[in-house]
Amino acid sequence: MHKLLNDSPGEEIMLLGNESIARGAIEAGVAFATTYPGTPSSEISLNLFQMSQETDLYFEYSTNEKVALEVAAASAIAGVRTMCMMKHVGLNVAADPLMTLAYVGIKGGLVILTADDPYMFSSQNEQDNRYYGKLSGLPVLEPSSVQEAKEMTKYAFELSEKVGEPVILRTTTRINHSSAFVSLGDMKKRETKGEFKRDPFKYVTVPAVARNLHVKLLENLDKTLAISEDCEENFIEGDGKFGVICNGVSYLYVSDAIKDLDLKGKIKILRIGLSNPLPGKMIKQFVGSCDKVLIVEEGEPFMEEAVKAFAQEEGIIIPIAGKSEQLFSRLYEYNPGLVREKMASFFGFDYTPATNIDSSKFPEIPQRPPNLCSGCSHRATFYELQAAAREMDIIVPTDIGCYTLGFLPPLNTGDLVICMGASISSACGFSEVTDKKVVPIIGDSTFFHSGITGLVNAVFNNHNLTLIILENGITAMTGHQPHPGVDMDELNFKGYNRISVEKVVRSLGIEHVTLIKPFKVKKSIEQIKEALAFKGVSVIISQEPCAIMLKNLKTRKLRPFKITDKCNNTRDCINSIACPSFFIEDDKVNIDPTTCVGCAVCAQICPENAIVPLKN
Amino acid sequence: METNRLIIVAVGGQGNLLASKVLAEAALLSDTPMRMSEIHGKAQRGGIVESSIVFGDAASPLITDGEADVLLGFEPSETLRALPRCSKNTKIITNIAPLPPFTVAIGLGVYPDIEEMKKIIRQETASLMAFDAMKLAKEAGSPLTMNIVLLGALLKAKGVAFTKGKMEEAIKRVTKPAFTEMNLKAFNLGFAVEA
Ligand code: SF4
Ligand code: SF4
Repeated sequence: MHKLLNDSPGEEIMLLGNESIARGAIEAGVAFATTYPGTPSSEISLNLFQMSQETDLYFEYSTNEKVALEVAAASAIAGVRTMCMMKHVGLNVAADPLMTLAYVGIKGGLVILTADDPYMFSSQNEQDNRYYGKLSGLPVLEPSSVQEAKEMTKYAFELSEKVGEPVILRTTTRINHSSAFVSLGDMKKRETKGEFKRDPFKYVTVPAVARNLHVKLLENLDKTLAISEDCEENFIEGDGKFGVICNGVSYLYVSDAIKDLDLKGKIKILRIGLSNPLPGKMIKQFVGSCDKVLIVEEGEPFMEEAVKAFAQEEGIIIPIAGKSEQLFSRLYEYNPGLVREKMASFFGFDYTPATNIDSSKFPEIPQRPPNLCSGCSHRATFYELQAAAREMDIIVPTDIGCYTLGFLPPLNTGDLVICMGASISSACGFSEVTDKKVVPIIGDSTFFHSGITGLVNAVFNNHNLTLIILENGITAMTGHQPHPGVDMDELNFKGYNRISVEKVVRSLGIEHVTLIKPFKVKKSIEQIKEALAFKGVSVIISQEPCAIMLKNLKTRKLRPFKITDKCNNTRDCINSIACPSFFIEDDKVNIDPTTCVGCAVCAQICPENAIVPLKN
Repeated sequence: METNRLIIVAVGGQGNLLASKVLAEAALLSDTPMRMSEIHGKAQRGGIVESSIVFGDAASPLITDGEADVLLGFEPSETLRALPRCSKNTKIITNIAPLPPFTVAIGLGVYPDIEEMKKIIRQETASLMAFDAMKLAKEAGSPLTMNIVLLGALLKAKGVAFTKGKMEEAIKRVTKPAFTEMNLKAFNLGFAVEA
């Protein structure tokens, strides 16, 4: 049995924040869940996916976040408790349905989880998704701890049903990827079937209908406001003449700071857990009872601006601060020491921060960036592209996946990354305004997510580009999730269909389509050369499963390679592909047989033919 | 209850997630509050994995630079890199068997000398326990037990306040039954290292 289905209420188990959220959904009786994987939210979906194998919970990996939210919307409109998970930038993709779904409303609780990533541990930006609550008029909940993440997920379903609107549950990486002991609660029974009653004047958002729905949305927002003024999620703690208003994980740092600085009785806290709409009355009273107020929130001054406006309405003239050069930054994440220091300086308490060890005089430590795995097929494709384009000046807009790492030396493949799918569309633009050959790169999962529309555009407008689709049969980067091109039978999951990348590409009428096997180095280089010479849209599909997936599936026998004494230390292998299985010992290149998967790419590159299978 | 702030640094694949699971289990068995935070983006692809573990009465799962009480390093150059996370009072326990990053192989960096690294750490901090954990792991039966060897040393250096019995019980509960014996051996080899 899955550990999150454990039916012993009261028991404490160590859970990751994301597991805690998944358990909260299960305790709330979630019956339908959709997602497109994205760190730091991925483990929520993974756990729900696993539990859907054992229960009547419906779960799907959808094509992208927009699709995921639309699928989820229908389920919730039909009255089924539903959850839809994504990373913060995923909500940009799903923003279109989000805005109008708010007008339509829902019947069964719908919780939309967005996982923000301050500091960008694994993201391309650190946008603050609380603003989506404001933009759409939907309630936003923000947990502060791992335990609360579970309780709040449960509450989010209730709140959603109470106000008839989807609820945005906003986390940050430090909630998703922290672990703590969580006490389990009762599990509500799942209601898996819903009912849809036709009511076009409620659901068909033509202008005449939408005008009424907007009125309804504002009414629902008022309902939420009343709840926000009087709910357990927004609370005041402690007392004193100084006040701190905080949310999310910052609340933990503030609580610790009050304890560490011995400021009990001097500083009180207003913790905001329901942050849209903000409880104006409560904030006004709080601020009115303070001599000075500090707002501690990672990201944008979302609460700060509102608090200042509330104070203005009341004519309260006290120092209210948050983001400034001396205080908090809009950049990156906070930490306990930083919050302690800023609180001490703002409120005027003595504090000497810990002195950390100064490393400026240390010998330089070599960087350890993440790298494509041993035997990763992307490495081979990139090497071949660079070899084929040696005489050319190419632009390589790339996309989001493991293969983004190809931009690092020595592969140096990847010149621009914006968002999912942008490789192909941006290539369209480059091909018109520069005279260079443009070679966009995209993975198969990302191709289905949002690459297809860009490719249709390229064909329709007849741009000159050579698209490389890296078909490795999995969404590798976020932890090996399925996508529409995956062979689900091979992964032992029944009831799915598989969509062929090649057939999709050919169906667009693209003349020049080439399939390559990237582990055949010479032949692939020739094929890529030919495709690059084509004027118009040409597509190369590089087909080779993700090495880690094969390793996990144990379907392929590994045949490690070794370097014989024919090697004369030219180091072409290291300098051109830098497979992590190589290491230098006594100034000689070696291959680590425990990590080499035997792709044989290095063997084909070695000018001395010095690399051979370990066993023949 | 006193707080004890522990940072573990490792390279993806060195098994520090399992090590923190054992510590969590030991905390549960010992009724010690504990929170931890892990940054493991792209760990699978050879990057750095860092865990912050806070035992005792603190709400935050995160540790500010200079505020670690203990640093457990799985790889010597990563221990050195993590030194700004420590103060002169921090206890350091580190493996000294190197795992050079691929940037070294392609000539984008030079791997620092081990003795030199030890010297620096010793100069900068209160206590250093540096030993070849890989050698002991192999002695226990598998390189994969290096994480557990390091836990043995962590306990020996009083980097965590659990009893030996509780740690062994936690290892039994968390590791796969087929490897329990090997892991207990690894743990004891680590525990036998001179602090
Ligand atoms: S997980 Fe798969 S796709 Fe990603 S780097 Fe490793 S082998 Fe390549
Ligand atoms: S065969 Fe060569 S390139 Fe392929 S995994 Fe082994 S060492 Fe790396």
